[in-house]
Amino acid sequence: MNNLYESQKLGLWYMSAALVLFGAQILFGLLIAYQYLNPDFLFGIFNFNIGRILHINAMVVWLLMGFIGAVYWFLPVETGRETVGIKLGKLAFFILLAALTVVILVYIFVQTGAGNKISLWFINEGREYIEAPRWADIGIVIVVLVFLYNVFATVFASKKITGIMGVLMIDLVALAGLYLAGMFYTVNISLDQYFWWWVIHLWVEATWEVLIGCIMALALMYVLKTPRKIVEGWLYLEVFLVFGTGILGLGHHYFWIGTPEYWLGIGGFFSALEPIPLVAMIIHAVYDAGVQRLKTVNKPALFWILAQAFGNFIGAGVWGFMQTLPQINLYSHGTQLAASHGHLAFFGAYVTTNIAVAYIMVHKIRGGEVKLMDSKLWKYAYVLMIISIIGMAGSMMVAGFAQTEIERAVGGSTWQAYINAHLHPWMVEPMYWRFGFGFLMLIGYILLIVDLLTIGKKEEKTAVEEVAHA
Amino acid sequence: MNFNWLEIIVFAIFLSIVVSAIFVRGKSWLEPNFWKRTALITSIIMVAVLLVLTVDTLSKISMGTDRIPDATVINKKISYVYSDEKHRFVPKIEGQEKFFGKIWSKNEAEELLNIGKMTIQSRACMDCHTLLGNGAYYAPDLTKAWLDPKWNLLIKNMVNAKTKEEAIVKWLMNTDKYPTFTRRMPNMHLSEKEAKAVVAYLKWMSAIDTNGFPDNFLSSQK
Ligand code: HEM
Ligand code: HEM
Ligand SMILES: [Fe+2]
Repeated sequence: MNNLYESQKLGLWYMSAALVLFGAQILFGLLIAYQYLNPDFLFGIFNFNIGRILHINAMVVWLLMGFIGAVYWFLPVETGRETVGIKLGKLAFFILLAALTVVILVYIFVQTGAGNKISLWFINEGREYIEAPRWADIGIVIVVLVFLYNVFATVFASKKITGIMGVLMIDLVALAGLYLAGMFYTVNISLDQYFWWWVIHLWVEATWEVLIGCIMALALMYVLKTPRKIVEGWLYLEVFLVFGTGILGLGHHYFWIGTPEYWLGIGGFFSALEPIPLVAMIIHAVYDAGVQRLKTVNKPALFWILAQAFGNFIGAGVWGFMQTLPQINLYSHGTQLAASHGHLAFFGAYVTTNIAVAYIMVHKIRGGEVKLMDSKLWKYAYVLMIISIIGMAGSMMVAGFAQTEIERAVGGSTWQAYINAHLHPWMVEPMYWRFGFGFLMLIGYILLIVDLLTIGKKEEKTAVEEVAHA
Repeated sequence: MNFNWLEIIVFAIFLSIVVSAIFVRGKSWLEPNFWKRTALITSIIMVAVLLVLTVDTLSKISMGTDRIPDATVINKKISYVYSDEKHRFVPKIEGQEKFFGKIWSKNEAEELLNIGKMTIQSRACMDCHTLLGNGAYYAPDLTKAWLDPKWNLLIKNMVNAKTKEEAIVKWLMNTDKYPTFTRRMPNMHLSEKEAKAVVAYLKWMSAIDTNGFPDNFLSSQK
């Protein structure tokens, strides 16, 4: 561990905390998936909505923490120096952990409050994905400001701005700034959802996508030794395509929330183009891997990077495209199809990224950037997790198609139509499959963690012995 | 302003191409710098278009516009009908209708909706239901819930109420005792004031022009 920059140690802390929260996300996912099968389970004690809040908030937070960890990890490598303000960064990390603990305990034990501002400030804001109460929002903003300061100060202190760092800095400012769009209360639900989507959509389909573009660029340079010039050229192209389509692609969430009709055309058109950058990313990764004939020093990282390229394209690109034109979205909107896409896209694009970075970190701390890192276990975890996410998304896709037809198109989305759809075997059975595949995911997760804790340990020992003998 | 979607698309793309072309003059498309500039310019133009559209949209979705009614719509009769002209369903607002036995002043109605919205947020309704189609998929969509035929067909008798709004309040306050399906709604421990406010909010929301979502809503065929 002595060969690490302090910044990399902090990155490792972030990633470790992130992976723990990933486990919490999976457990709460299993809980709410089980409540679908047995609605009386913890009924009135720990209702579906509370478990779901914990499931998706854990996801948002752990993915972001993983990204921050990745940036702290690569920052000294890119700039050739220790991160400026690292003490402040560590302090912010512990403040974040403390704040998260309080938020989680309040979700679990207080759950909900009365219909007033105090509840929204201190218990639960009740807006999907960003339920965190307002005080926590402010805390998150402060922690992120510290992070931004560290990145900017370090890059400026190193007196050179590489292409990747340039993109990263602009993107991080946008990403952080967008969070502010979700921090207000209004009685008008159309206005509420208008800016709520700025946070959700402009995060996952614009700024996060570019952020992982940067992280993947750094990872590829590390894992495959791809030349900087090639990586940066692709990154610019990806930024052009992601922002060029994703910013106005936002309109695919403005079809039915009270916003004017021109969004149907604008949102449909630009979001239909959103898969294009994801194709470019596949070409990039596969081409680079092919040029190197899959020769790498870090097998698991390389395979998770490839899973990322395909997962991003299929989960976000194909599954998103499937429901993005207003002519189909009128019926598929707000069905299990969205959940199917949400799982495949978040996993394919972002979970994979973080796992790849975790393996890169482990490689270095177990003593070698030169020795090949490989194990049997990572392959089992890899295959198991990918099979489970495909199985879960497949189940929800079947349920989603059935719901689109029975509840929306035929039934007209009334209460009775909802009941009819959810009693139909095409919706009942997939909910069992989802739970089953979710359980497999838990096993895959456990194997992943065991592997991360053990992979390369033997090599580390021999390396230490070699040093001792010399 | 009246935008046409096609004009906006063509304008945004055309402007991005022309401005980018000016700034990458003489550069080969294989140079990273070519894409660096294109990326920067296109992003700025797309953000600018989004900001302009946002200004326009905000003016069209404030309360009291054609698309989003003001709070006093809770004193009106609301229905959801197919428009031959627009080829989709639209809310129809006409005629006075007492709400909880009275006509609400603008201030009273606004205050009621405000409590309703805060209640809906504080109880995290959106993490079981969808509102305007967004949220969770465990429970029915609430976009047009006020207009749902089930209130009159079933719930009114079930909870022994005279009016629809009274039925919804009684049901909302005792959801765990009145199941309609194997999946019951948990008791959210609403006070009577909160429950009334939520009903008002649902009524107001059902009057929003959602471009025809949900389509084919059965209550229109009463
Ligand atoms: C990695 C990138 C992406 C992630 C993580 C992601 C995630 C999600 C999630 C979680 C939702 C559900 C939101 C809710 O709770 O209401 C959603 C909705 C949606 N996404 Fe994506 N998405 C991504 C990319 C895309 C792309 C590229 C497209 C289009 C080609 C797309 C099209 C849609 C559409 C149309 C909806 C709305 C579904 C509805 O009407 O209910 N998404 N996305
Ligand atoms: C054991 C594994 C998992 C199970 C059993 C599970 C189950 C569920 C369930 C039951 C829901 C609620 C759907 C509804 O509202 O009806 C949900 C929502 C969601 N889950 Fe998972 N989940 C699992 C893992 C994951 C993973 C790994 C991710 C992504 C990284 C994820 C992302 C999401 C998202 C984004 C939503 C919100 C979807 C939307 O609103 O469209 N889940 N999950
Ligand atoms: Fe989107």
